[in-house]
Amino acid sequence: MEIKDVRAGEVSYEKLIINPSWCKGCGICVAFCPKKVLSIENEKIVVNDIEKCIQCGMCELRCPDFAIYVGGKNNEKRA
Amino acid sequence: MPSTLVEKYFRTEKLPQIWCPGCGHGIITRSIASAIDQSGLDKDKVCIVSGIGCSSRAPGYMDFNTLHTTHGRALAFATGIKLANPEIKVIVITGDGDATAIGGNHLIHACRRNIGITTIVYNNNIYGMTGGQYSPTTPKGDKGTTAPFGNIDKSFDICSLASAAGATYTARATAYHANLLTTLVKNALANDGFSLVEAVSACPTYYGRKNKKGNAVEMMEWQKNNAVNVAAASKMTQEQLEGKFLIGEFKNKPEPEYTSEYQKIIDKLAKGR
Ligand SMILES: Cc1ncc(C[n+]2csc(CCOP(=O)(O)OP(=O)(O)O)c2C)c(N)n1
Ligand code: SF4
Ligand code: SF4
Ligand code: SF4
Repeated sequence: MEIKDVRAGEVSYEKLIINPSWCKGCGICVAFCPKKVLSIENEKIVVNDIEKCIQCGMCELRCPDFAIYVGGKNNEKRA
Repeated sequence: MPSTLVEKYFRTEKLPQIWCPGCGHGIITRSIASAIDQSGLDKDKVCIVSGIGCSSRAPGYMDFNTLHTTHGRALAFATGIKLANPEIKVIVITGDGDATAIGGNHLIHACRRNIGITTIVYNNNIYGMTGGQYSPTTPKGDKGTTAPFGNIDKSFDICSLASAAGATYTARATAYHANLLTTLVKNALANDGFSLVEAVSACPTYYGRKNKKGNAVEMMEWQKNNAVNVAAASKMTQEQLEGKFLIGEFKNKPEPEYTSEYQKIIDKLAKGR
C-alpha cells in the first residue's frame, strides 16, 4: 500500500517512508540496504519491493539528506 | 513529516542541506543529533558552534542554540561561551581545514586546557567549500587543486594530535560507521573535559573526484573495507594493518575541567573578601 502525503512530498509505505523531494539520488541507501528493497529512477529514490523490507534502518542511518526512514513504532524507537 | 529524530532536532524548513549528493557531512550530522538525543540533553542547554566550511554549515540546520563564526575560530568563540555559561553543553562542529590549518592553534590550546567542549571534526581530507585545496589531513601523494602533482606534506593524525595536546577524550569513526559514531559522540559528551571525535567524511565532489576514489557509495565502501577497530588492531600484525586506518576510542582519561578549576579560584578569592 502506498499513501502519498502531497503537502510534505513524502510517500509512505507504512513500514518505510521516503521523501523524494529531499532525495539527491546519491544511491547510498540502495547500496547498503541488505534486502535490496530500493533503487534509483530519474535520480530519485524508489521502493521496489516493500515486502522485503525488514525495517533494519540502515537506509535511514546513512541517508545524508534524511529522505528515507523507517515508519511506525520503529520510527519512534530510533529517535 | 520527517522522522521523529529529524523533526525534533532539525530546522526542517531549511532542509535539504546545501551539500552535494552523497556528501558524508549529512550522515555525520544525523549521528550527532542521535547522540544528543541518547544523552538526554535539554535542547536549550546545548550550544553548537562552527567555523567556516561545508562542514561548518551543519549547525545552521540544527535546532539548538547555534553560532556560525569565522574560519578557524569556532573553538575561541566556544571557549567564551563555556566560560560564561559553564552549565551549557558546548559542541563545536568543524572541518579538517577549519580545525587543523587556520584553527590549529586554537585546537591545541583548547585540548591543553581541557575545557569542557565536545569537538567533532568532519574530516574529508580537503577544503571542500573553496574548491578542493589540500588540507593538513590530505594524505601524502594525494591531489588537490593546490597540489595538482600530488601533495608532498605529511598529514596530521587529528586524534593523536589532540591526545598529545591534552584532550581527555579522543575517538574516530566514519560516515559508514554511523552507529559507532553516535556511540563515540555520546561518550565524548559524557566527558566533562575537552573531547574530540574525528568523523571521517567523504567529499565525492573534490577529494573523491581529484583522487579517483569513485562516487559516494564507493568512498563509503572504502571506509567500510579499510577501517579497523582499535580493539581488533591490537591482535593484528603490522602487515595486516598496512593501508588500514583505526577507528574507535583512543583516549578516555578524565581530568579536572577548565571552567570548574576556574570556579575554584573565584570561590577561594570570594571567601577571602
Ligand atoms: C580567514 C579566512 N580565510 C580563508 C577563508 C576561505 N575558506 C572558506 S572555507 C575554507 C576551508 C574549509 O575547509 P574545511 O574546514 O576542511 O571544511 P570543508 O568545506 O571541507 O567541510 C577556506 C579556506 C575564509 N572563509 N576565511
Ligand atoms: S529498512 Fe533496511 S531493509 Fe528496509 S529499505 Fe531500509 S535498509 Fe532496506
Ligand atoms: S541515501 Fe537518501 S539522498 Fe541518497 S539516494 Fe537514498 S534517499 Fe536519496
Ligand atoms: S564540496 Fe565536498 S564537502 Fe562540500 S558539500 Fe560537496 S561533497 Fe560535501
